[in-house]
Amino acid sequence: MITRFLWQGMGPSLRVAVLFVLAIGIILPLLNQLMPASNALYVPAWVLQLIGKYLCFASLALAVDLVWGFCGILTLGHAAFFALGGYCMGMYLMRQIGSRGQYGNPLLPDFMVFLNYKELPWFWHGFDQFWFAAIMIVLVPSLLALALGWFAFRSRVTGVYLSIITQAMTFALMLAFFRNDMGLGGNNGMTDFKDILGFSVQSDATRATLCFASALVLAIFLVISAAVVGSRFGKALTAVRDAESRMRFLGYRVEGYKLFVFVLSAAMAGIAGALYVPQVGIINPSEFSPGNSIEAVLWVAVGGRGTLIGPVIGAFLVNWGKTYLTGALPEVWLFALGALFIAVTLFLPKGVVGLWSQIRSRGTTRKAKVPA
Amino acid sequence: MFFLRLLTGVSSALAVVLITATAWAADLQTLVTNLTTGGFGDREKAISELVASGEARAAPILEALAAGQLYVRKADNVVVIGKADGNKLALSEAVSGKPAGSGTEAELDRVRVNNRLRGVIEAAVGSLTLMSPDARVRRDAADSLFKRPDPTALGALDAAIAAEKDARIKTAFQEARAAVVLTSDASKQDKLAALEVVRDKGNRDALSVLQAAINSQSDPEVKAAATAAAASVRQTLAGWEAAQNVWYGISLGSVLLLAAIGLAITFGTMGVINMAHGEMVMLGAYTTFVVQDIIRTSFPHLFDASLLIALPLAFLVAGVVGIAIERGIIRFLYGRPLDTLLATWGLSLVLQQAVRSIFGPSNREVGAPAFMSGAFQLGQLTITYGRLWIVVFSLLVFATLILVLRKTPLGLYMRAVTQNRPMASAMGIRTPRVDALTFGLGSGIAGLAGVALSQIDNVSPNLGQGYIIDSFMVVVFGGVGNLFGTLVGATALGIVNKFLEPYAGAVLGKILVLVFIILFIQRRPRGLFALKGRSVE
Repeated sequence: MITRFLWQGMGPSLRVAVLFVLAIGIILPLLNQLMPASNALYVPAWVLQLIGKYLCFASLALAVDLVWGFCGILTLGHAAFFALGGYCMGMYLMRQIGSRGQYGNPLLPDFMVFLNYKELPWFWHGFDQFWFAAIMIVLVPSLLALALGWFAFRSRVTGVYLSIITQAMTFALMLAFFRNDMGLGGNNGMTDFKDILGFSVQSDATRATLCFASALVLAIFLVISAAVVGSRFGKALTAVRDAESRMRFLGYRVEGYKLFVFVLSAAMAGIAGALYVPQVGIINPSEFSPGNSIEAVLWVAVGGRGTLIGPVIGAFLVNWGKTYLTGALPEVWLFALGALFIAVTLFLPKGVVGLWSQIRSRGTTRKAKVPA
Repeated sequence: MFFLRLLTGVSSALAVVLITATAWAADLQTLVTNLTTGGFGDREKAISELVASGEARAAPILEALAAGQLYVRKADNVVVIGKADGNKLALSEAVSGKPAGSGTEAELDRVRVNNRLRGVIEAAVGSLTLMSPDARVRRDAADSLFKRPDPTALGALDAAIAAEKDARIKTAFQEARAAVVLTSDASKQDKLAALEVVRDKGNRDALSVLQAAINSQSDPEVKAAATAAAASVRQTLAGWEAAQNVWYGISLGSVLLLAAIGLAITFGTMGVINMAHGEMVMLGAYTTFVVQDIIRTSFPHLFDASLLIALPLAFLVAGVVGIAIERGIIRFLYGRPLDTLLATWGLSLVLQQAVRSIFGPSNREVGAPAFMSGAFQLGQLTITYGRLWIVVFSLLVFATLILVLRKTPLGLYMRAVTQNRPMASAMGIRTPRVDALTFGLGSGIAGLAGVALSQIDNVSPNLGQGYIIDSFMVVVFGGVGNLFGTLVGATALGIVNKFLEPYAGAVLGKILVLVFIILFIQRRPRGLFALKGRSVE
């Protein structure tokens, strides 16, 4: 019944999008597993890995869009939540290595042996259990978002100030995680993972499953976001975006709305990061770098902010372009990325998704109203 | 007649000089010969006799002895100094210093020394050079005696103090003497007086001398006095350390001020978020590099003026690029601050990659002109000229900017447009032109900052990135739209950063400052010196 309610709450194009994402997540892994390698329809494992990565990025983009596109909070620190989720997963994966590390220590991961740790730091306890790690993946980013959001929204820090605060947050976290005595691997981060839930991370079957899980998670996020955005709560959220002071005068507790959506979005980013780490096989502090967060914002801007399909399309487009260009013309990539930022903000304020309506409305209205 | 008398007078005077010189040489001769005979114990005695003679020319002989280069020639028993020259040794007579041909190890007897003797010689050389005509050598000798007090040097020191004309070196001698007295078996009164002298010196060396005195003195009164003196020196040292931190803080603050002040114009008064601001700094630094490169290859004699030449050029380059950015991108995005942020971020990526493509990804070297290299000593503070000039320069830029804003027509227009755009426009001010010029001014100042930063930071395509977040922090902390807030904010953040560093480490200190600012913005969202009134919303 709930499913049906959710299903009816979505627009037709979103339904197609959800089905399409699920189809990718089911068909590609199946083709990889069932087809012989000689068959034309066989999907090699590296494609699965790539698609899985894009799906995680799409989830992150969706999380950014939820706060930026629908609530007007331009966050420049969402990669921090993504990376925190990734680190929680990384800690679980490190504990799974057990005594198979280079130094063969059953309790301590390699980098701790290397740095002369005598015992496991307190915050590493529990991460040998998947259920604990799973809780932390959601909890750690959410709590950080809750703390930051509570402080920021309560004292009405808005607009660019909030953007700069979030950027400073991810910058501070990056500096912190680069330190060796954080007990989280320092600048090398964590890598050399072996098992996840007892299955080898390297095997094709695991990769196929992870790709499917990423698609499933993205589909669920789309459904949840649609439910949030389509509800009365979502209407109020959009109103906060467009006229915050007016909403406050009307008697709405604006802080509560913002805080809820910010925490929800941080949790989504954390889960996306957790799925990302086993697929790329490494997590290190550079994931916190401010540039990553801004790039995630660009995916949303390219796809179309304030729509739910936009971020997914944007994440796939930009990342496909990045994979292609960094391979073919590495010099050009940063030029292209920079130009994309400028072009999208100047010419495509509604993104690729809004392109059609932008062309259609050119004759009738001169300027499209854009959420700033 | 007169002439004859004069002649005899001169010749007799000459004769006296010659005779004393010979006597002196003979004296030195026996002392040096004593060095080469007998066992290690005799040798030590000979060394102290040599020291007591107070002859500065004995120093090179003793140095040669310590280095194992003092030999006795077997053929004629002359003491010679041998320096390696190919397979053979180039010889010179030890006493007179005249060249004495060459020889092989087989023809010579090396005068042996052990480690104990080397220590004795080191102290002895220290006291011998006390009479050197070179002031610098005397000073170094006093310092080395202070660090390694040698009781036998007391006589030489007293003679040196009596002869010394330079007041500062005399003080150094007296301090060295005090250190020597503390190691000797002088009377209690002398030692107490010496403790006071050492205490007044008040640096790290003084502390270690006092520490040694605490450990070695048996008299309880002297011991107590030494402990008290050590505590007082520690206090002095702590004071100087704090002063050093304040200076480093001011220095860091001036760098932050330079980087942030342009941003204070574009962000603070225009409300434009320019994420490419750091790249304007980078452009300024690369302009400096290009100017120096041209000067190095074509006009080497102008090298010391290179920074002065680079300053206006950097201002122009960054300013013109800034105006182009404003005209080409930002003016379409007024009223959409978040979009401005994204577009300028994209621009910063493009600029970085462009510089990387042109100049390569590695660091470029920018040299320091003569007036900016070196350092001087202020009490126990070491102040480098480079840092000092940057502090001065940042204050100059700040003052100039204030003047431009307050006293020039452009400044007036800028303030008018900031405060009330439609009204300014109605009064006939061409607001788009003012916008472009304001942005150009802010960017140009960033270019000036680049010239200064090229002296202390690596000139690489990523130069600007390191400053952008810090600059925003300074502007936000100081209060948007308030230049004095930026000055106070930059200095305060610089000093706080440097005071945190010794306790928390550089990285953790930076994190703490960031967290502090994040919390501070919660408390005062409009900064330290917020604008009051309607312009706030």
